[in-house]
Amino acid sequence: MALDEIKIGGLGASRRRVEDNRFIRGKGNYVDDIVLPGMLHMELLRSPVAHARIKSIDVSKAYEIPGVRLVLTGEMMAARNLAWMPTLSYDTQAVLATDKVRFQGQEVAAVIADDPYIAKDACQAIVVEYEQLPVIVNPFQAMESGAEVIRDDKENQPGNKVFDWEIGDKAATDKAFAEADVVSKMELHYPRSHPSPMETCGSIADFNRATGKLTVYMTSQAPHIVRAAVAMVAELPEHMIRIVSPDLGGGFGNKVPIYPGYVISILASILTEVPVKWIEDKTGNLISTGFGRDVYLQGEMALRKDGKIMGMRMKTISDHGAFYADAQPSKFKIGLMHSAFACYDVPAAHLESVGYYTNKAPGGVAYRCSFRVTEAMFFQERMIHGAANDLGMDQAEFRRINLVKDDMFPYRTAFGFLTDSGQYGKCLDIGMKAIGYDTYKQEQEEARKRGKLLGIGISTMTEPLGAGNSREYDILGIKMFDSAELRVHMSGKAILRTGAMNQGQGHQTTWAQIVAHELGIPADDVTVEEGDTDTAPFGMGTYASRSTPVAGAAVAMVARKIRAKARKIAAHLLEVSEEDIEWELGRFYVRSNKERGVTIQDCAIAAYSNMPDGMEPGLENNAYYDPPNLTWPFAAYFVKVEVDAETGVWDVLKVVAVDDCGVRINPMIVEAQIMGGLTEAYAMASMQYQTYDDEGNCIGSNYMDYLLPTAWETPGFELHEVVTPCPHHPIGAKGVGECATVAGPAAFVNAVVDALGHLGVRNIDMPMMPNRVYEALTTGKDISGMPPVRMGD
Amino acid sequence: MYPSRFGYESPKTVEEAVALLDAHGGEAKVLAGGQSLVPMLRLRFAAPEMLVDINGIDGLRYHRVDADGTIRIGALCRHEDLEEDDAVAKAVPTIAAAAPLVADPIVRTRGTFVGSVCHADPQGDWAATMTALGGHIVAQGPKGKRDIPIAEFVIGPFQNTLAFNEIAVEAVIPAPKGVRIGNYLKLERRVGDFATASVAVALDMVGDTVADAGIALAGVGGRTINANEAASALIGKKLTAENIASVAAAVAAVAEPRTDHRGSADYKRQIVKTFVERILTGLLNTSQKAA
Repeated sequence: MALDEIKIGGLGASRRRVEDNRFIRGKGNYVDDIVLPGMLHMELLRSPVAHARIKSIDVSKAYEIPGVRLVLTGEMMAARNLAWMPTLSYDTQAVLATDKVRFQGQEVAAVIADDPYIAKDACQAIVVEYEQLPVIVNPFQAMESGAEVIRDDKENQPGNKVFDWEIGDKAATDKAFAEADVVSKMELHYPRSHPSPMETCGSIADFNRATGKLTVYMTSQAPHIVRAAVAMVAELPEHMIRIVSPDLGGGFGNKVPIYPGYVISILASILTEVPVKWIEDKTGNLISTGFGRDVYLQGEMALRKDGKIMGMRMKTISDHGAFYADAQPSKFKIGLMHSAFACYDVPAAHLESVGYYTNKAPGGVAYRCSFRVTEAMFFQERMIHGAANDLGMDQAEFRRINLVKDDMFPYRTAFGFLTDSGQYGKCLDIGMKAIGYDTYKQEQEEARKRGKLLGIGISTMTEPLGAGNSREYDILGIKMFDSAELRVHMSGKAILRTGAMNQGQGHQTTWAQIVAHELGIPADDVTVEEGDTDTAPFGMGTYASRSTPVAGAAVAMVARKIRAKARKIAAHLLEVSEEDIEWELGRFYVRSNKERGVTIQDCAIAAYSNMPDGMEPGLENNAYYDPPNLTWPFAAYFVKVEVDAETGVWDVLKVVAVDDCGVRINPMIVEAQIMGGLTEAYAMASMQYQTYDDEGNCIGSNYMDYLLPTAWETPGFELHEVVTPCPHHPIGAKGVGECATVAGPAAFVNAVVDALGHLGVRNIDMPMMPNRVYEALTTGKDISGMPPVRMGD
Repeated sequence: MYPSRFGYESPKTVEEAVALLDAHGGEAKVLAGGQSLVPMLRLRFAAPEMLVDINGIDGLRYHRVDADGTIRIGALCRHEDLEEDDAVAKAVPTIAAAAPLVADPIVRTRGTFVGSVCHADPQGDWAATMTALGGHIVAQGPKGKRDIPIAEFVIGPFQNTLAFNEIAVEAVIPAPKGVRIGNYLKLERRVGDFATASVAVALDMVGDTVADAGIALAGVGGRTINANEAASALIGKKLTAENIASVAAAVAAVAEPRTDHRGSADYKRQIVKTFVERILTGLLNTSQKAA
């Protein structure tokens, strides 16, 4: 009489998201919904210029405005040793500028007032005298000899270089190139973008002088990390700090870093002894908080005539903005860039990465990706496309020859990653069939005769998700495990808390499904809570598709601990020895007599009312999970486009996505994740990029200039699945939240470049705006770099 | 995104609204749909002393086709009113084609046709449409009403010729000389984006002869581009592949595009030329099919 797992909302059930009930009724609880008694409001004054020495700041006029309670400047922060704070990448970042401003939008002063209107008025009344300095807006300007040194605040910082890092076997790679039949080269740029979650960043700091406790409600994807950081920076005892992340209106990596606004609101509350709310406006969010990408590539592949890849060389040049604040926990300077080519059998590889400071916003966050994996896979798939063409080979065939075969797992990549499972060829086959690949070449030829330009782009990749194992990953020294705590109440209902932090992924829904799968407690009977550091177990938060691989595994493991205790209780209730007990979903029974059994609910009440002699009462436990490896989902995306030769407008005719993310906990949520990711991939390919003019003005400072696609433009998606369970994850799941964002963009670009291939076009850098496509198709030339911001009349 | 302090009045009649504008001597702004004004307030690009909200005035939300074929659009007619109305769509196909391309569906529920013309955005769809159709604006001030031809109304980027104490109460499109046909095409990077280039074409046909022709452009200059002179080459003629091509080239020549992140000046001219050709060729094909 095992329960029907789908009926109780277990593994594989497309259970409706329980969080949506409150969201669609306007009953969510976001930071800005929280109102505390006596609360003041904070607004930030941001620098209008990208690079300047601050000669003076006069706040006297601001204080003349009724309702202004406090104005903070860098000087006042410095007096408390808070003018600078550490970043997640072991650099420092200005909280409020003291000496100079180093990017447009940098925080210069803060006004705390009775309401945000007054605070904004007062910001406008502050007079700052700037002495402008030369502005550097890209890494090529930054590397010029004699370039203005942006980080003159740092000792031993002679130029603008942040790091120069390499990995791989250079000698073996050089040898592969020396012996190559064909060398294929590709220069690319992955433009800067901004994650732009619907909700901006914000905080309410509430310092209580009487208890000494600091409570901060804030928009953080990793509240426990914030607690640790606040303890370090503010020198407050950790037990007196409570960070609460309530509902988050999206994160996409943007809410991993610690921003000046949070820190200033904390100091403001300490000084005023009342709660201080700071809610960033949309412009502030777009121009100052963590961006993604902004990396240039020089890539080369050593190829054998028969299509085998013999070696690969990448050099990346990355733009980190004014402070190296990449949110990434690896020991590798450019994140997991060296996961490039992990799905291909590449014998020798070498990567050199150089990072530079520029007068742009800091960040380098993992925008819906694992620490530069998006750039890695985009570069990989554009290089693969170029290499197949240089060899005169079919795109799909070239991939088939080089993809790691099913019998090669576990496979050690040239850069040292261990991929452990997958059916890459099968995914490729399914996608080719769905897009109609076998008749496509003929169709393309015929279309060209009618003046229509058809193209198909493919992108295949595996990516490392689920940072991380404690050997290689940490944040500020804290190992990247995660945690779950499960309490089963006496009626068999339960509450689960984890160290992850939902921001749209549906943890409240899916974590309960894992409990249902492990214990047979219906998912509807399980409450899930996250985000309050006083109640949730310590965890590293949610980003990099790590929730299911790490926290999700912890949920399964804690449920198994509960089941082990329940088993002892069952033996006691059934008056048999534990060895004679069997488990089926939701129920223990006596092996010799299946009719004799007790449910998990029976065990729960007994844990509080009729436990065996010597057993501790209660039915609760916790688990900390340190994953043995990353998880390696595989994706094969196919995009078919038609390009209008007279305007350069390209229409998406079909998108096919084949995803293998292992066992799917909630297929509906997985599919929604893939569709969301594909939408962002389409966005990157078509319109979503952040750019700066020569003076360092951020152009995309509002949503008329920073374009995100709407439901109107976004194409439909056809999804397919392959399931290769993760061999080391307790329920066989792999990460999936970002696969489509990571692998998707190259499929779109490859499709448009394919449509124009016969004209000699090898590359169009993103965004592929119609004018750029038109220029490529009329000139037959590649389009590289950023679109110009504006030019003379 | 907190605007500066401003006053707010919600008059019940146009006369009251005009009196309020008059009393504030240029420091008051009319609030109709608010789809351009409110963002400007929030960004603090605009900081008027007083907002005169005309939404409470009865009788301004209308659009109609008079018996003689004249189209009248009231100051509070929303974009979506035009999008959803068959009578206007039938009478003025250019408006029918442009209405679903204005901004995005959310803006269209609130923003107004007349407000958009008054805003005089060089990328605005309705100023271009009105220019192609040769309409005029009815302005009401302390001394009563006056008609302002569209060419004299929109005179530059974000500049119209309303006096500070006048309200644009109605847009008027004259009756056609024959059967009115037309179309509107717009290249935008995303729904709601400002146009890279837009083309409004309106033709009055008597049989298969063009009795009147208007073409105007948006997004390809510092103001709405009036290409009616180039279009006038079609008057008295039948549409042919040859005159379509020459008019398209002539219209592209009067565009004043700038090179920017939406494309080079040459690219924008190419779009104008292509769109004029596509519209006129489409109209030719439709009329041939009908015949």
